Amino acid sequence: MKRKFLALCAATAALMVGATAAQSATLDTVKARGKLICGVSLSTPGFAAADDKGRMQGFDADICRSIAAAVFGDPDKVDFVLTNINTRFQALQSGEIDVLSRQTTATFSRETSLGIDFGPTVFYDGQGLLVPKSLGVASAKELTDAAICTLPGTTTSQNLTDFFRTIGGKFELVVFESPDENRAAFYSGRCEAISSDRSDLASIRAVANNPDDYVLLPETISKEPLAPAVRQNDSNWRDIVSWSVWMLMAAEEKGITQANVDEMLKSEDPEVQRMLGGADELGKMLGLDNKWGYNVIKSVGNYAEVFDRNLGEKTKLGMTRGPNTQWNAGGLLYAPPVR
Amino acid sequence: MLFLNDTRFRAAFYQFVAISAVLLAAWVMYRTASANLARQDIATGFGFLSRQAGIAISETSIAYGPTDTVARAILVGLINTIKVSFLAALFGTIIGVFVGIGRLSANPLLSRLMLAYVEVLRNVPLLLYLFLWYFLIILVFPPVRQAIQLFPGFFLSNSGLAVPSLEWHSGFELVLSALGLGIAAALVVRSVARRRRIASGQANAGWIVALILLILPVLAVWASGQVSLSWSAPEAGRFRLTGGLQIRPEFVALLVGLMLNLSASVAEIVRAGIQAVSKGQWEAAQALGLPRSRTLRLVVLPQALRVIVPPLTNTYLSVFKNSSLAIAIGYPDLVMVSNTIMNQTGQAMETIAIFMGIYLGLSVLISLFMNWYNARVALKTR
Repeated sequence: MKRKFLALCAATAALMVGATAAQSATLDTVKARGKLICGVSLSTPGFAAADDKGRMQGFDADICRSIAAAVFGDPDKVDFVLTNINTRFQALQSGEIDVLSRQTTATFSRETSLGIDFGPTVFYDGQGLLVPKSLGVASAKELTDAAICTLPGTTTSQNLTDFFRTIGGKFELVVFESPDENRAAFYSGRCEAISSDRSDLASIRAVANNPDDYVLLPETISKEPLAPAVRQNDSNWRDIVSWSVWMLMAAEEKGITQANVDEMLKSEDPEVQRMLGGADELGKMLGLDNKWGYNVIKSVGNYAEVFDRNLGEKTKLGMTRGPNTQWNAGGLLYAPPVR
Repeated sequence: MLFLNDTRFRAAFYQFVAISAVLLAAWVMYRTASANLARQDIATGFGFLSRQAGIAISETSIAYGPTDTVARAILVGLINTIKVSFLAALFGTIIGVFVGIGRLSANPLLSRLMLAYVEVLRNVPLLLYLFLWYFLIILVFPPVRQAIQLFPGFFLSNSGLAVPSLEWHSGFELVLSALGLGIAAALVVRSVARRRRIASGQANAGWIVALILLILPVLAVWASGQVSLSWSAPEAGRFRLTGGLQIRPEFVALLVGLMLNLSASVAEIVRAGIQAVSKGQWEAAQALGLPRSRTLRLVVLPQALRVIVPPLTNTYLSVFKNSSLAIAIGYPDLVMVSNTIMNQTGQAMETIAIFMGIYLGLSVLISLFMNWYNARVALKTR
């Protein structure tokens, strides 16, 4: 009896010490495992949702693939873990996932108090409101006293509260745990409006019976820079994630696409040569293969291709690039120089 | 070797080892968790409770606004949890008692019907019922702009039921204390009258006196002119009804779900309790000429209560804990409010510790109360 207890205690203690020791560099862990583990949304068409063949599709999923391509040269060496909105940060903190690519807004308090670091913004989003056309509302300011459906535990409810405080109105907040109930309550008329990031609203509108019955109000009531997140205190891993993202943007700027990347290997442009591994040894500085940039572009294409494939005007979501265009075209995408 | 052969010593020793092991494990866990959190630069501590909550809550029983503290937001959630659990327990018990008695009815139609009621309710997970009731409400009833007017001032829609309400401008506390005084006075008179009736064997007018004493203080306060109140009727605003009392569909669906679920459990407990009373009691009452209804009320149920109360405690505890399923249908209970706060502050451990502590504490209180009640109705052996 006593021995059993002692053995149990020892085992528990060993387990905890083991969990503590498993905090080595993320890149080594990923390489040893042979796969990247990436946390994505539960089911958000356009960002992360499995297609009819069971393959994960979406903007966030492609960010994961670009990182896998940078590390392994193979975009399919990635396991997707569906993370709940309430436990996504814990999944990252505990080491269950290597990177969180899940429509997550980078904020001050998240970066400082959650033990995580955000990579570059991959999508400049903002919170909006979707209403039925029949309501005859043209501005969010008219929504005083309306009921608004949202998901819990996000900055969404706080932004709404702040917005209505500034316009001096009141509203009824109805919060649902699951996206499905949230949408159903909105479609049935329980709420006059549904509020979320504009990208998410485009997704909600796309799955309605008749998308044309709904209209996105012009106001953007918050800044939501969506960015991938990694655990704090692992600069090398953060660099890999950041530069995989910046590689997508730099490729668009330089006109490198999935189709012409092989041709571009012969480019005279010294920056293109550095990006694709023709000159210098930038890959080594990240602890990766020197062709990492080539691999990223060859696997998923440049930023424009990733955007158009998942969110663009030809998809069900039908989103325009908005602020998500290159800096030299008046947008906010601005990758640091590759040198 | 002397001690080891002593069974009492050995028993105490094992218990000592077991408790030490549990405490040691808890200590190791606590240390590891705090060391890990500190190493990962994750904020810890309960300082966030006094920060501004910044979130709106749709259902509030006490004054609350987004500028209030996190602690107050949690309190609002807790009151919502208690409100829905208490009402569900109250109505569920009343329904359950009738269904339980109906199960034993000599009328085969009634008893089979009650059997079906119990089986249908207790063999499907509560969560599915909550979805069912909620979607029934929001899909069957029209949107609020086409609300059905039941009577003037009563509106039914998929945003719930809006009814006229009383709005107190002043004197609410005064009326409340007058009512408290009235109830206390009435209880004293009733118990005195009862003692006299038992001593003298003759009926008296005690209940009339009690009734007068009950309403007299309230009337007096009313007459003093210090109370002012007005009716507030729901009116159609641009989007929804404003004013009056709004009973939201989230609350109704949760209340109905919990209440019906509880009533099925109570029905079975009541049936078992009644059947546990020996047949001789029924026959003896019949021999004394008591009709069936009075036999049940005066002879059988008081004895059945002894069997009923302990399992009843469990069902009350489960209704309290099951109320946390509120999160699935958007009712802002303790768990939902805590979840939102957890996400905004990122302090998961502390928030979970708080709501687990609250659930534990209140469950223990419910148990203690039910144990006290159980001791009161237990068979007094002299």
